[in-house]
Order: sequence, then C-alpha cells, then structure tokens
Amino acid sequence: MAETTLETPVETHRPRRIKWGAIGDHTVLILGALLMMIPPLLALTTASHDAVTIHREGLQLTLGDNLGKNFHAAMFEKGGFTQTVDGTLMLMNSFILGIGFAVGKIIISMMAAYAIVYFRLRFATLAFWVIFTTLLLPLEVRILPSYEAIQKLGLTNTYTGLIVPLIASATGTFFFRQFFMSVPEELAEAARIDGAGPWKFFVDILVPLSRTMIAAIFIIMFVFGWNQYLWPTLITTDESFFTLVRGIKQIVLSYTDSQIPEHGQALALAIVAMIPPVAIVVFFQNWFVKGLTESDK
Amino acid sequence: MAQVSLEGIRKVYPNGFQAVQTTSFTIQDGEFVVLVGPSGCGKSTLLRMIAGLEEITEGTLKIGDRVVNDVDPADRDIAMVFQNYALYPHMTVRKNIGYGLKNRGNPASEIAAKVEDAAKMLNLTEYLDRKPAQLSGGQRQRVAMGRAVVRDPALFLFDEPLSNLDAKLRNQMRIEIKALQRRLGTTAVYVTHDQVEAMTMADRIIVLNAGRIEQIGTPSEIYHNPASTFVASFMGAPPMNLIRAQVEQGEVRINGYDGLMPAPASQNGPVTLGIRPEDVVLDDHGNIPFRVDILEELGAHRLLHGVVGEQPFSVMIGKDDAASTGTATLNLKPEALRLFDPETGRKL
Amino acid sequence: MKRAGFDTIWLPVALLMPQLLIIAIFFYWPAGWALQSSFYLQDPFGFGSTFVGGENYTSLLGNDQYKRVAVFTILYSVLVTFFSLAIALLLAIKADKVIRGAKTYRTLLMWVYAIAPPVAGFLGILFFDQSTGPLTKFFQMFGWDFKLGVDYNATATAMVIVAVWKQIPVNFIFFLSGLQSIPRSVREAAMIDNRSATGRFWQVTFPLLAPTAFFLLIINITYALFDTFGVIDALMKGEPGNNPMTLVYKVYLDGFRGNDLGGSSAQSVILMVLVLILTVFQFRLMERRIHYT
Repeated sequence: MAETTLETPVETHRPRRIKWGAIGDHTVLILGALLMMIPPLLALTTASHDAVTIHREGLQLTLGDNLGKNFHAAMFEKGGFTQTVDGTLMLMNSFILGIGFAVGKIIISMMAAYAIVYFRLRFATLAFWVIFTTLLLPLEVRILPSYEAIQKLGLTNTYTGLIVPLIASATGTFFFRQFFMSVPEELAEAARIDGAGPWKFFVDILVPLSRTMIAAIFIIMFVFGWNQYLWPTLITTDESFFTLVRGIKQIVLSYTDSQIPEHGQALALAIVAMIPPVAIVVFFQNWFVKGLTESDK
Repeated sequence: MAQVSLEGIRKVYPNGFQAVQTTSFTIQDGEFVVLVGPSGCGKSTLLRMIAGLEEITEGTLKIGDRVVNDVDPADRDIAMVFQNYALYPHMTVRKNIGYGLKNRGNPASEIAAKVEDAAKMLNLTEYLDRKPAQLSGGQRQRVAMGRAVVRDPALFLFDEPLSNLDAKLRNQMRIEIKALQRRLGTTAVYVTHDQVEAMTMADRIIVLNAGRIEQIGTPSEIYHNPASTFVASFMGAPPMNLIRAQVEQGEVRINGYDGLMPAPASQNGPVTLGIRPEDVVLDDHGNIPFRVDILEELGAHRLLHGVVGEQPFSVMIGKDDAASTGTATLNLKPEALRLFDPETGRKL
Repeated sequence: MKRAGFDTIWLPVALLMPQLLIIAIFFYWPAGWALQSSFYLQDPFGFGSTFVGGENYTSLLGNDQYKRVAVFTILYSVLVTFFSLAIALLLAIKADKVIRGAKTYRTLLMWVYAIAPPVAGFLGILFFDQSTGPLTKFFQMFGWDFKLGVDYNATATAMVIVAVWKQIPVNFIFFLSGLQSIPRSVREAAMIDNRSATGRFWQVTFPLLAPTAFFLLIINITYALFDTFGVIDALMKGEPGNNPMTLVYKVYLDGFRGNDLGGSSAQSVILMVLVLILTVFQFRLMERRIHYT
C-alpha cells in the first residue's frame, strides 16, 4: 500500500518527497470530505434557529438556541391538512417501509436464488430470464400502470401496496445468486452425503453461511426502502401512511410559501429523515461496502 | 465393510463428453484402492459416481450386495473426504463431525459419545468447540477425516484429500490415513494425481488415462511391470527411461549403436525400450555411450541426466559412486528391460 | 447451476413462486398494460378509449416539448455521469494512497449515500435560495442572475450539481474497492517497470479499473435517468412550468397531472426499451466479471 510518488525530481530528499505527495493527497481528501459534509451540517445548524431568522437570512453557520424546540415541534406537533400526522408517526411509517421492504426482499430473493442455483429445473433458464429482465427497470418507468394495478387491487393507502410492488425487481435475487455461486460446490455435496435434503441444506448450511451477506443487503435495502419517494407519494394519500421522505414534498411546498413558514421545523424533520439511514450506513459500513461492491460480481 | 464392484460403468456428460469409458473392476472388502492419473483422466468422475454425486450413464454399481445406482448419497453408507475439506464454516468442529449423525436421527447422547471417540482418535479433542476458520490446514484435514470416521461407513471415499497441505504435513497425513484405514478395516477408494501417494498408500493402484483404465495392480506390479508407456512414464520418480530401439534376430539394438542385448520378446522390428534409471549401470566397459549433461544430487543417491543416441536418458547411481558430466558408457540389466509397442504403447 | 444440483421439483417451484408472482403482478402486468394502452387514446373524462395504433408514438416523436425533454435528459445524464465519476475517481485514488486516516476519509466521503434524493433536493433549495442561498450569491458574483425555478439554465445547473453531489459516494465506494482489489504484487511489479506515477496509473491501474468503470457507467446512467426523480421534483418545487425535466419526470407529469394515459404509456414503453438495452449490456458485463475475477 505504501506507494511513493515519483512525480517530483529524484534528487530531492526522500522523506520530503513523500511528505509533499501526502499533503497533496490529504488536501484533496479534506476538500472532498468538506464538500460532502457541509450541506447537511449547515442544515443542522440552521435548524437551530427560529423561523424568522431563517426566512430572512437563509442558512446559518452557527448554532442557535431553538434546536430542541424545533425538533420537538417537528416530532410531536400535528400538521398536515387533517392535523393528524406528526413526525413520530412519519418516522414509524418510514421504519415500516424500510424494514418491511428489506426483510421481504431478502426472504423472497433468497428463496428464488436458491431455487435457481441449486436445482436442476427444466424451466430454470426461463425463470432466470423472467426475473432478471426486471434487474434495472425501476418502478419509476412503469409508474402509471403500476399505480393503476395497485388501485385495481384496492391496495392504495395500505402497507402492502406501499411495500410489495417495490420488491418486484431482481436486484436482491441477483445478489444472492452471485453469492451462492461462489459457495464451494463441495459444501452441498458434503451435506448430501451427510443426509441433508434440499430444505435442510438451505436452513442448516446456506442461510447461516449467508449471514454477512444478509446483513449487507439488509442495510442496502433498508436505505433504498427508507428513501423511496415517488411511489409513496402516489400510493399514500392518507396522511397517516406518510413516511418522512414522502413528507419532504409537503416541506418543500411549505418552504416556498410566501408567508413565513416553520422553516426550523421543516429542517428538523428533514434531518430526522436523514439520521436512521445515515446511522446504519456509518455504523455498519464494512458490511455495507462489502454488500454494495460484491453485488455486482 | 463391503466390497465394491463396478460393472460396465460409463459416464457421458450431457454435452457429449465421455469422461469415463466402459469400466469394470471390483474392490475387495477392506482393500485400499488408489485411482491415479493426470487431471482430466476421469478419476474424480469415477469416485463421484461411486459417491452418488454424479449420475451413472451406463452400468451397474454395487456396494456390498446392493445395487446403488439410484440410491441417494446419504443412503449408500459411504463417507467422503473432499479436497477442500468442505467443512461447514459456521459450525464448530463438534457440530461438523456430528452433522451427518444428527440427520440420521441418532439420539444426542449417542452422537456426543461418537464425536468424542472420533475426536480422540484424531487428536482433535481440544479443538471440538472451535470453528474451522480457527484451525490449521492439517487440523481441518483431520476434522474432515473425523466427519468420515464417525459415521462408521462401509466405504471411505477420498478426493485428493492431501493436495492442499504442505509437503511435510502431507507425508505425515499419508501415514496417518493409511494407519487409520488399516485399524478400522474399512474399504477405501482414494483419488490422487500424486504417484508417490498412490505408491505408498495403495493395496492396489488403478491407473487411469483419458477415461480409460491403463492398468490395475499392486504398487510393485505397476512399478516393475507397467502395462504401457503411459504407466511407465507416469508412475515412479524419476520416470522410466523410454527410448526407441530395434529388435533384430532376437537381439535389441538401440538406434545408432550396436549395443546388443538379448531380447526377451521374439519379435522383430521397431520397439520402445523401457528401463528404470536404477536398473542402469555405469560401466567403463559398457557398450552404450551416454553423454551426461546434468548431475542431480538427491542425498541418498544421485541422478545423471543426459542423452543416449540423441534421446533423453537418466541414470541413478549410489551416493558414493563417482560420476561427472561428460561422456560415459552404460550397461543395462537385461532382466529389467521392458519392451513396448511403439504404435500403441502397450507392453509386448 | 451447481454441478450436483438437487433433483426435486416441488421445492424449487415453491421457492420461486413468491418472486414470480410478485414480478408477474407488479411488473409484467403493468408493463403489458402500459404497452397496450400506448396504442389507445383515452377519453379525458374517462369514457372509454379508442385504438389509435402508433399515433401516440408518432405524436411524441413530432412533439417539440418531448424532444426538448429528451435532449435535456441526455445532456443531464452525460454531465451527471461524467462529473460524479471523475470526482469520485480522484477521491478514491487519493484515499487509496493515504495511510493515515484512510478509514475516516472513507466514512466521511460515503455517508451521503444514505440521504434520500428529495432530501438532497431540499438541501439544494436552501443553497440555491433566490435571496439567501450561498450558491446563488456565488453565481451572482459572476454576473449571472441565478433564479432557481424561474431561469431554465439556473434550475438545470442546480439539478446537475445536486445530482452529482448525491452520486459521488457510490462511485467512490466502487472505485476504492476496485483499487484495493488490485493485487499488491501487480502494483509492485509496475513500480519496478515504470517510475512515473502518472504513467503507472494510465498503463496499469486504469485498465485494471476498467471493468469497475464500465459497470459504474451504466449504474450512473440509470441513476441519472430514474433515481434523480426526487432531486428534480424538489428543485422545481412542484411547479414544472418552464423548468427542465427528465423523461421519467415527464412520464409522471403527463400520466398523473395531464391525464394523458396513452401518451404517458408510450413514453413508458420507450423508456423500458431503453433500459432493456442497458440491462443487456449490464448483464453481459456482470457475467463476464464473474468468469474473469
């Protein structure tokens, strides 16, 4: 890993040469980190000011004294047209969407991947293509017909309607397929000689073996589900089903109002919408990175 | 304990590739049989057919008196040790060894006792609660053995079990496996590409080449009386010298020289002459000129590599025998000469 | 398929069923329905529909507004892909080089991955606010009267900047892991063969990164096409008006706000074909990586 830079002339002293290169590297990285850090941090500092200040002066660099108040209001004050929805309810809905989507996706795609990889099926190739055609085709492309389908099934304003259509893509299946293919063949053979049938092999060996992979894909899918925007916007018109990210739309609309809206509260809510996915990605970043980069192999 | 018999077994893959040509042989009860050959010779396919991991295209496979062609691997009363051991990485050594028994529905107390016994036999007792990742290569190998032993099967199958170990450990495990098999008296089929393993471990060796059996025999028969030039050059290190020669009037002549020897066969015309390097004698009055190019010091003996009449040739001499590069003359021990058909490579 | 697969039938069928059912109901049915309705003209008041053949498609292709959106989408995708890849590659190379604080840098550079696109768009609104936004002021210093949501170019610029910012982490993670998977021995061999660091990068490192880069290229194009919906929706603040938009946004707009079912469906179909082509590329790439890595 210790790669020295040879761009500077050879006659300079070796220690100094390394130092200059390293300083350049660190400068670039610090600038990059600032680029990524500053916008959300400014949102946080700004959220600590009162609405009038924010409306007049915009983003704030310093911490004000309204942080607790704004967050409290965002979480517990009922808002919206019907005055029934508060931040806590939206937070709960976000968790239901994130976890429900991730868990559903993992179960369904693991089973399908297992069937495709480990069984001699005449229609395996067909099933493979039926599933993997959907790999890159996001819900956004077929948004209108999907919405119509949900409406015909009477699933608008239900968690089922919110979660299940999002599962209808092959990303998870593809991920597990790749992982199963990398599991040594001999493991299944040893299990067969040990008298484990296909179901036992799946439950006793393959699922425990995939623990890290499951954790990794859970993180990715949780973030993906949590961050869904267009689909919840269409499917949930009943405010009691609103997720935080869905609520952003309301925040944006309120932010552009001509009167002085509750800017601090809106920002606080946006920050709450960021925290859980960011936390899970930061705390479990080794799993997350592994899952993300191995999903394409 | 069981005898294993293969009757007209053949394997053709769906893509048409014939991995094993029609093959028949019987393995006696308690016998240690080694299948040896270069990679792609069909030895693993043969083993996997016996295990039930590969479907048998044609023929009958019997373990004991039972035809097992369509019997599930778990019900064939076999145990297998894989090249990469195939230990379950998330299970402790104890669970790894006991998994097969558990699936058979044995009571927990019985499993525990059997696992303890197997572990003791293999010096694994102190590692029983570790996971495979915490073990060394040799210990993993032992766990794989334990998994096989604990089931007390009628037949052990080994698929190159030592090839992932370093040379020293391999020698040690070779002896341990052989001793264990002797003690248990269980029939064993062992696949390897390493002819040293084959020679040292086998009661009988089956040499395979391109999906066909070249020769079946004891290590001594295989070494001293190879049935073909393939066996002669594959088995034994250094391999047997094989050079072109002529048989004329009951005498062998090596091309270009009138090195005359009585011919064991009564045939005239070109032949391939085979002789082990240790059956050649350096002799100042010998009748075959030999140019020594390289002198290889092996400790217990020395190897001289060079040419006889433009053909590569090796001679083994004792560690105290004088030798130098340059020209020398040889004598061949007439009783050690083997003649092969130059076209088919079969023994004459 | 594994060498020694299991032979039972009912279990794999049962295992596949949930996935196939969901895909059939929520993927193939809607997709087929979109294909069908793209050949019909829907009565605006909901009284039946008439078969019009390819008219929805021809009228789309003759539509100047659609062409404008298509051109913007292409430009937008190219800019977003290029800048987010370039910045991420630079950061990844540096992060791969430094010894101290490598892990901290990685964390700081990747966490934005978890921020939802509309939230990123909302942050964009703050930074590009017409009266108080710091970036608005920055552009005004160069004499550009930057008006988000009013001026087409200003809105487009903001959309590109926010989308690039949001996508840097993914690319960074992939590039970094690609760099770190280059065997140490290869780097060392290169250091012996070539004393120029720049030369080593272009002749050894970059070719070895090429599979990652190709993969990311497709990921980024699909990101720009579809996943930026939230960014775009937030930045135009719900008022499409004269604002730039991508093809996906137009599908949504025509379908849900304009009630032009046939037109929206035809647009969906066009996008689906586009994505299918990308998928085929992607797939071949992925399969190839399996075999050679």
